[in-house]
Amino acid sequence: MTPITRLLTDDHEHCDQLFAAAENAVQARDWARAEREFAAFSQALAHHFAAEEQTLFPAFEARSGLNGGPTFVMRSEHLQMRELVEQMAAALAGQDETGFLGASDTLLMLMRQHNLKEEQILYPMTDRVLADDADLIGRLQETLQGN
Amino acid sequence: MSQAGLSYEQAPPYGLPLRYFLTAPLFLQLAAVAAIPGIKDWTSDPHTLAAIALTHLITLGFLGMVMQGALLQMLPVVLGAPVPAAGWVARLGHTGLTLGALLLAAGLYRAQATLLHLAMAVLAIGWLPFLAAAAVSLARARTMSRLTLIPLRLAWLSALLTVALGLWLAAVLAGILDPHAIERGLGLHLAWGLGGWVLLLVMGVAYQVVPMLQITPPYPAFYARWAPGVAFAALGLVSLATVADLPALGDLGYGLIGASLAGFGLVTLDLQRRRRRRVTDATLLFWRLGMLSLLALAPLPALYLKLPGEWQAPTAMTAGLVFLLGFAASVVNGMLYKIVPFLAWFHLQSQTGARAGTIPNMKEFLPDTQAMRHWRLHLAAVLWLIPAPWLPPAYAAPGLLLLALSAHVLWRNLLGCVRLFRRYGGRLA
Repeated sequence: MTPITRLLTDDHEHCDQLFAAAENAVQARDWARAEREFAAFSQALAHHFAAEEQTLFPAFEARSGLNGGPTFVMRSEHLQMRELVEQMAAALAGQDETGFLGASDTLLMLMRQHNLKEEQILYPMTDRVLADDADLIGRLQETLQGN
Repeated sequence: MSQAGLSYEQAPPYGLPLRYFLTAPLFLQLAAVAAIPGIKDWTSDPHTLAAIALTHLITLGFLGMVMQGALLQMLPVVLGAPVPAAGWVARLGHTGLTLGALLLAAGLYRAQATLLHLAMAVLAIGWLPFLAAAAVSLARARTMSRLTLIPLRLAWLSALLTVALGLWLAAVLAGILDPHAIERGLGLHLAWGLGGWVLLLVMGVAYQVVPMLQITPPYPAFYARWAPGVAFAALGLVSLATVADLPALGDLGYGLIGASLAGFGLVTLDLQRRRRRRVTDATLLFWRLGMLSLLALAPLPALYLKLPGEWQAPTAMTAGLVFLLGFAASVVNGMLYKIVPFLAWFHLQSQTGARAGTIPNMKEFLPDTQAMRHWRLHLAAVLWLIPAPWLPPAYAAPGLLLLALSAHVLWRNLLGCVRLFRRYGGRLA
């Protein structure tokens, strides 16, 4: 596996773990823990989106000349996911277990399909196109850590 | 640079897989109801025409129906491999399977050659365009996970063999071909259909969806790479042994088939045990029952021929029930409860551009309580029916009623989801 693919695939896994922890807390109706776990998940997801939308995608678009193609699709799916995350936040605020789990189930399906497409198609493409961009990985890592 | 697989634009319209999914439960219900009047004719022996007719209402009308629909949806979206002329393939496939399954069942039940001739032609239309289109898609899919591609390609080959053997058997029964070797042909048709097409397809799908739905670790790479090939090779050995009369080779093949069933069941149950997501839903329960059924079946391929003669027929009957209802139908039910409501949400969102909070989410499209009601009925029906081949025929009747009811509840659940989709302005075409 090449560096961008590895870094962002690992981060997907990280987000998945946080997602599951938040869902498990909601299912246990442990609302204080749910608040914490959900905050950690939504923050990690926001950082992941930021790393892609502000660093990776622009670099890829500039180098490949593909502006309206794969990155456009990924950005619009990010939008759909953000809305579901908002819906989960609203359900959590109202301690609405059913509402939260309904939205999270939908998000999981969307997120895992989206991740699959990135991991198997888009990231390998960026690894090929951006192989000589030496400090890209560093910049991505910084954004993923929220700096 | 190719963008194949990135865009949901290539997802077929909701109505395309749906026509398959909404027809399938009706066939399961029909099979259960049709089994009641002639109960004495099939419980005793799986090789009676009545038993073969009922089996095909389930394998073609229910399982094949859902599997075609799911593949037409999955190939472009999950594997990034567009299916050529998907609209036409779905129309022919769905019509061919619907009419073909009915004609075949009627032809077998009444032992009527004309109906069997018609069934052969119609079923060929139901399968061949689908298999041709799937072949193009599977040949093109290069970028996506090779681990899933291998079992899907082997499942495709198995389906082709199953259909070819099926047509040959139907021609024999219809009196067109010489009945010589019909028993061997029947065994091979069964082996490639269930052990090849159904098992390998479920493996390929599981590689993608088990880690996805429950957030489990992926299937171990070594297992995932070799298991489909081993199962396929085992079927090859069994075929060779059958054709060339080599019992020792057959023992090896059957042993390997049993090991494949056990291996897949064990690995999947172990992954599900290690899932991060604690949420237990109907899909997880259906899949667990499916995998436990595989474990229960595992010793059978090797032991079957060593059983006392009078045990063989009821054992085969029980094994058929465990495979078709305990394993295959359970796994299919579990998938339907994810695919149908997710696609409802996804298409509605894409069509209307609605914000997520303003349209129903998956669980509002198909509430857990309804899926769980179906799960309990399905479990009760399967558990009731398993001992039926060993007991007086009348015993099976309540189990068949439970099965019919559970299929009806599945149909109502799916229909409710689609009605809600329409109410929010969703378009099927």
